[in-house]
Amino acid sequence: MGLKALDYETLNENVKKVQYAVRGELYLRASELQKEGKKIIFTNVGNPHALGQKPLTFPRQVVALCQAPFLLDDPNVGLLFPADAIARAKHYLSLTSGGLGAYSDSRGIPGVRKEVAEFIERRDGYPSDPELIFLTDGASKGVMQILNCILRGQGDGILVPVPQYPLYSATISLLGGSLVPYYLEESANWGLDIDNLRESVAQARFKGITVRAMVIINPGNPTGQCLSEANLREILNFCYQENLVLLGDEVYQQNIYQDERPFISARKVLMDMGAPISKEVQLVSFHTVSKGYWGECGQRGGYFEMTNLSPQTVDEIYKIASIALSPNVPAQIFMGLMVNPLKPGDISYEQFVRESQGILESLRRRARLMTDGFNSCKNVVCNFTEGAMYSFPQIRLPPKAMEAAKKAGKVPDVFYCLKLLEATGISTVPGSGFGQKEGVFHLRTTILPAEEDMPAIMSSFKKFNDEFMDQYEDNWNHSRM
Amino acid sequence: MRRFVIGSARSLIERSRQNYQSQRPLISSSYRLLSSTPAADSPSSSSSTMAPPVALNTINPKVIECEYAVRGEIVTLAQKLQEEIKTKPDAHPFEEILYCNIGNPQSLGQHPITFFREVLALCDHPTILDKSETQGLFSADSIERAWKILDQIPGRATGAYSHSQGIKGLRDTIAAGIEARDGFPADPNDIFLTDGASPAVHMMMQLLIRSEKDGILCPIPQYPLYSASIALHGGTLVPYYLDEATGWGLEVSELKKQLETSRSKGITVRALVVINPGNPTGQVLAEENQKAIVEFCKQEGLVLLADEVYQENVYVPEKKFHSFKKVSRSMGYGEKDLSLVSFQSVSKGYYGECGKRGGYMEVTGFGADVREQIYKVASVNLCSNISGQILASLVMSPPKVGDESYESYSAERDGILSSLARRAKTLEDAFNNLEGVTCNKAEGAMYLFPRIDLPEKAIKAAEAEKKAPDAYYCQRLLTATGIVVVPGSGFGQVPGTWHFRCTILPQEEKIPAIVTRLTDFHKSFMDEFRG
Repeated sequence: MGLKALDYETLNENVKKVQYAVRGELYLRASELQKEGKKIIFTNVGNPHALGQKPLTFPRQVVALCQAPFLLDDPNVGLLFPADAIARAKHYLSLTSGGLGAYSDSRGIPGVRKEVAEFIERRDGYPSDPELIFLTDGASKGVMQILNCILRGQGDGILVPVPQYPLYSATISLLGGSLVPYYLEESANWGLDIDNLRESVAQARFKGITVRAMVIINPGNPTGQCLSEANLREILNFCYQENLVLLGDEVYQQNIYQDERPFISARKVLMDMGAPISKEVQLVSFHTVSKGYWGECGQRGGYFEMTNLSPQTVDEIYKIASIALSPNVPAQIFMGLMVNPLKPGDISYEQFVRESQGILESLRRRARLMTDGFNSCKNVVCNFTEGAMYSFPQIRLPPKAMEAAKKAGKVPDVFYCLKLLEATGISTVPGSGFGQKEGVFHLRTTILPAEEDMPAIMSSFKKFNDEFMDQYEDNWNHSRM
Repeated sequence: MRRFVIGSARSLIERSRQNYQSQRPLISSSYRLLSSTPAADSPSSSSSTMAPPVALNTINPKVIECEYAVRGEIVTLAQKLQEEIKTKPDAHPFEEILYCNIGNPQSLGQHPITFFREVLALCDHPTILDKSETQGLFSADSIERAWKILDQIPGRATGAYSHSQGIKGLRDTIAAGIEARDGFPADPNDIFLTDGASPAVHMMMQLLIRSEKDGILCPIPQYPLYSASIALHGGTLVPYYLDEATGWGLEVSELKKQLETSRSKGITVRALVVINPGNPTGQVLAEENQKAIVEFCKQEGLVLLADEVYQENVYVPEKKFHSFKKVSRSMGYGEKDLSLVSFQSVSKGYYGECGKRGGYMEVTGFGADVREQIYKVASVNLCSNISGQILASLVMSPPKVGDESYESYSAERDGILSSLARRAKTLEDAFNNLEGVTCNKAEGAMYLFPRIDLPEKAIKAAEAEKKAPDAYYCQRLLTATGIVVVPGSGFGQVPGTWHFRCTILPQEEKIPAIVTRLTDFHKSFMDEFRG
């Protein structure tokens, strides 16, 4: 006699609306094929260690020692661990309230937050308050917490770049808010146009939406562009005029592959601009241990820093954080190690630098390799990956290909990416997962496959692409005759 | 300032809604002209008349409404006092703050299980597995287990995002552990590994709650994650009262009554939360009771949300933990009969690994289309932390008889559990010896939830300070003794009754001093307020 308790029909509508292509259709198909024995190259997510990048040695040594503090009492521990790792493990353990197994302060271990504040001060030249820094289980959780705080309902809009990392669109859907898109200009190196921004806001307001916040991803994901200081000033001025809180996703700040536009934080520019803007514009900045040259995605370590939010608001955010009790402690230690790195003279310093530089230099080379590789393909145009971890080539699909896609019941870029997957094992994410201008198609891949595998991957892609284009263009040419 | 009393939530909603409605509307064209000089505009268009985008009166009212007393006001005060003692040791009549507010065993000196930490350390730094020195520092079976786990992780990359439900091999291990525990099979595809059990609870609330018309049946008293999560997701908490007089008994007749009442108010009740063993109440359900609950959910079409995080914490020989999965399967009920979500965590038990944020939910009895949606929501966060996933698999498959580490492991485990049982009894007796205080036995979990009959004078004193009476008692207790407990209003209680929750976690050697201080304080409190 039982009634069905939870049917698809009775699910929260907001959940149904959520899309997250990074682990959507292409990824699921790739996983299926992998199970069938096909060799798959997963380039769907920024997951460096899954593609062979090795973890940095020093942090792993420190956290292993923190996991098993009885090692520190063993006289032979020095045979396996260098003295500076041992010292650092003791340092972090002393900052916890009972080791890795105790809930920390809901905002994160105070001593680690202090290290984060010191890092921010060294980076930007302005003091930072540890009380306004909250550690989170990955930057994504932080983004969700802040958006949950801002969004009251459908009437609230968040300005999000298109293309964007779909955490933003998914979270806004989940929370029942409205996404207000602003388009990045591909032909201008994925640049941001203030007039376009203003128009987006005006349109949203015309529809009765209160625009509350603006998201910037710098360096961009999937687009990779690095914002200039002038860009950031423009954006901050815009937020000041339009009364928006700026959400600065800066998780790729270590991943910079050109020298013209080094990373500059939104906070630094804000402070540089002086009063009244520096005292009034509200800003939340996000960072993580998942990207950079660390790539410690699996740890789930991140933080957000709040600027110009009232103490009462901070209090409410703290309250919500406290329901989850605390972020995971091992990741907090990774965060501490990331913001408080080794110094010249430390025993492990040279190895650390060698490992880090090695990774960054290789990423820089791969960014170039991939961009050039895509640009050598028929009907493919690709902006240079200035930063982050992705390449986002534009695929100019012939009309016949689009027809074939329609027949197959698929969006054109999904169709292309599925064919690519089946032919080459390269698993990408279709551009529609990130948003793009109407009728323009892309795919996102990462620059993370091992350097030695890159040439083969790029030539495999080129072979597929050029054959695909020949196939669908030939038909077209043929029909013209 | 945070408030505890759940009953005041309604006035809170009212207030926050009023704030929202009275917020100054932003005029569509009221932005300043872009100029390089500071704006010298007329007052009507300057931003100083606009509320900042994120302010107390413009943030999500559900955030304002939700409450979580476990880390609420009293803890903030305790931290303040702790700072004061640091700088001035004589500032207060106690030397240290004793945090009895939160189930955080290792913060109070409980040691982690050595075998678990050995395996985790090796998985964090697999490079040393090849070194001969490692054999001298780690047990052989921890090395073996680390290898086994690493082989289940693609590329042995513990720093990579895993499958969004968690590493498959670890889910296999957990499913096997569930089967060994229950005697009924478990499917690794039903398991979702999460950063602690709490995010899994949030996920289910997100799926279940469409609007304030959707209700979730929750025990009163309850662990306030549930009330907070329901508030955050905009649903309605439908309370069912546990019966203090019968050891916090759960009566199906009470469930039925509350269900009918809420349905008559137009609420669609979607799920039933059962915490077993109970938090804060500590009761372990009898199997017959569980069968009646399963039957109730099946008949009424409710999802059964079984919070079983304290499954390893049972202190009385006459009771045993039975999972709801086992109970329902033993009744012959399968996937088609009952929608059941079972939550487990690495934070409690004898392992107490709160800081690791490890846990899982086992989801059974849902259609494929619903499961797809659960997967989708999980995928937005990519995955839970890998170390926590590994730990969850260790908890569900600890060393067995014959393993090298078995003896030391079981000695550690039994030591912790027997100590917890002793502390539960000692504190229960101590509370029952206080004037006007009755305390049910803690059959399981980590808490005692004594009831205090507060004298009228004390209640008036509390009102004068605009505090709930139990909050007032707890604050007085804190400032006199340094002991931090959580007022009962943070968990819910029958109106007009007062309780507080105290953990059984301070180290055994500290317990006598705690009992003495508590007893002395209570006597002087009663002397002050006895009518």
